[in-house]
Amino acid sequence: MERTISTDDLSSHADSEHHGSAVRLENVTKRYGDDSLPAVDDVSLTIDPGELVILLGPSGSGKTTLLKMINRLYEPTSGQIWIDNTEVHDLKPPQLRRHIGYVIQQSGLFPHMRVADNIAVVPKLLGWDKKRIARRVDELLALVDLPPQTYRRRYPSQLSGGEQQRVGLARALAAEPTTMLMDEPFGALDAITRAHLQDELLRIHRQLEQTVLFVTHDIEEAVRLAQKIVVMRDGRVVQYDTPVRIVTQPANEFVAELVGADDVLRRMSLLPVDLAIEPLAHFAANGVPEISRDSYLRDALSQLVESGADHLVVVDNNDHPVGALSLESIQRAAAPPEHPATPAAVAD
Amino acid sequence: MSKLDLSYLIDHRGHVWALTVDHIELSLTALVIALPIAIVLGVLAVRFRPLSWPILTLVGILYTIPSLAFLAFLIPSAGIGRKPALIILVVYAQVFLVRNIITGLNGVNPDTLEAARGVGMTGAQVFWKVWLPLALPVIIAGIRIALVTIIGIASITAWINAGGLGDLLFVGINRDYPAMVLAGVVAIVALALVTDLGIRLIEWLTPVARARRAGGA
Ligand SMILES: Nc1ncnc2c1ncn2[C@@H]1O[C@H](COP(=O)(O)OP(=O)(O)OP(=O)(O)O)[C@@H](O)[C@H]1O
Ligand SMILES: [Mg+2]
Repeated sequence: MERTISTDDLSSHADSEHHGSAVRLENVTKRYGDDSLPAVDDVSLTIDPGELVILLGPSGSGKTTLLKMINRLYEPTSGQIWIDNTEVHDLKPPQLRRHIGYVIQQSGLFPHMRVADNIAVVPKLLGWDKKRIARRVDELLALVDLPPQTYRRRYPSQLSGGEQQRVGLARALAAEPTTMLMDEPFGALDAITRAHLQDELLRIHRQLEQTVLFVTHDIEEAVRLAQKIVVMRDGRVVQYDTPVRIVTQPANEFVAELVGADDVLRRMSLLPVDLAIEPLAHFAANGVPEISRDSYLRDALSQLVESGADHLVVVDNNDHPVGALSLESIQRAAAPPEHPATPAAVAD
Repeated sequence: MSKLDLSYLIDHRGHVWALTVDHIELSLTALVIALPIAIVLGVLAVRFRPLSWPILTLVGILYTIPSLAFLAFLIPSAGIGRKPALIILVVYAQVFLVRNIITGLNGVNPDTLEAARGVGMTGAQVFWKVWLPLALPVIIAGIRIALVTIIGIASITAWINAGGLGDLLFVGINRDYPAMVLAGVVAIVALALVTDLGIRLIEWLTPVARARRAGGA
């Protein structure tokens, strides 16, 4: 039975300040047919408020199914899903969905509505007044970097693929949801446009701090965006961890292969310089190139190669030297992971 | 009828106009009855896919019955006058209406409909705000073809005293009065053309058509 309960939990009311919801899955299973293998198999998962979590896995591993159970486009065969303290099953689906942003790959926009009307869909469903909606539409267009005067009155067919996805993102953000579900939103875009939109998403997420569940099967996209990655295979969660740990300590060979853990450049672009830092005392600090403590090993390596220096000085945010890096220390820190199923590398 | 003798059309324009109004009334009545039936059949076929083949086949077969034979067949049960005429017009209109309702609704991208549900529309909102508007140009095209067909067939139903511009044809033929026949033909063709243009204008004004024009496609 469905009770009508408040959706207050699901969206923030403060105008400028947002925060994310906690999303929790408990033993969630989905079967499409009675005798078929489950598309999602007994998944339990807790996503902290405001986290950007990537669902990563090969085609058919159940990512979309998992996502669509959260906004009840699909119903789980068994198990429970909570957003903050509300079990999603206790809300009427339309009510629930108006408080969860939803972005899909293509054809997500309504082709017969202008950009402004597309973005206004959810506020209209929520009964906002016209002035507030108009203000919000312009605000959102600006947020996704589309000048309102130019874009408000366009139809989706008058937009490039990248612009369409920006509008899709704006539409999903319209009613200030605290949870966002994104199913391969940038999958159909060229590499440059995709990188732009990834940056925008990161910027918006930093600003609004919603909880984001983002499906992709592109590992580059995953490590670029993720605070945590959920690796899925055959409907199960194989590993749920930070990108760094997934790449340096893959749970098994499947994960290692999926994320390309053996790719040294990928590891180095994920590992912070902190891991390779050496005491400063060994080096003379004069005229040696500096590198920020927030950089990654890959940045350090390119700087070493470019400058021709044999070491770099690591500085903190106040430009104080805190340590040094050398080619050897980078090599040590970026050494291949030892994952259980892979035979240990033979040392020279 | 060797030359275009428009004398009847000009001399009796009041009578021709009255018959035109009558013709429009008969045609629109038929459309108003036909449309709800077609909507029910069309929506049934879209909702329950296995039904669409039998429904389309039925309305297709009914359309192939020659109109005079259909009329003769109806006289014993429905008599003559408006009633049997309306029955025939409603039946013939189904094929265009039902076919285009089904094609229109099924032609809408299912991902777009899922997106509509995904942002929080109720079933009714999805239908009225997204599904129907997107299917509308095809459905309206069906209405246009149906109405033009009705207007044509409604001139034959004058044979069973259903009235309308067909009177001019049958009376004119009986009296061997070509100018009267010509007046009927001109009025019927004009009415069909105006109807066609009028409904095309409506199609042109739908949101989908606007979006398409804007997109340059
Ligand atoms: N509507 C459906 N009916 C029946 N089976 C389905 C349906 N949707 C998905 N499946 C099955 O469930 C499994 C998981 O599919 P899902 O779409 O969740 O995978 P995915 O990880 O999103 O894949 P992709 O990366 O290709 O989008 C697949 O085996 C698929 O065939
Ligand atoms: Mg998918």
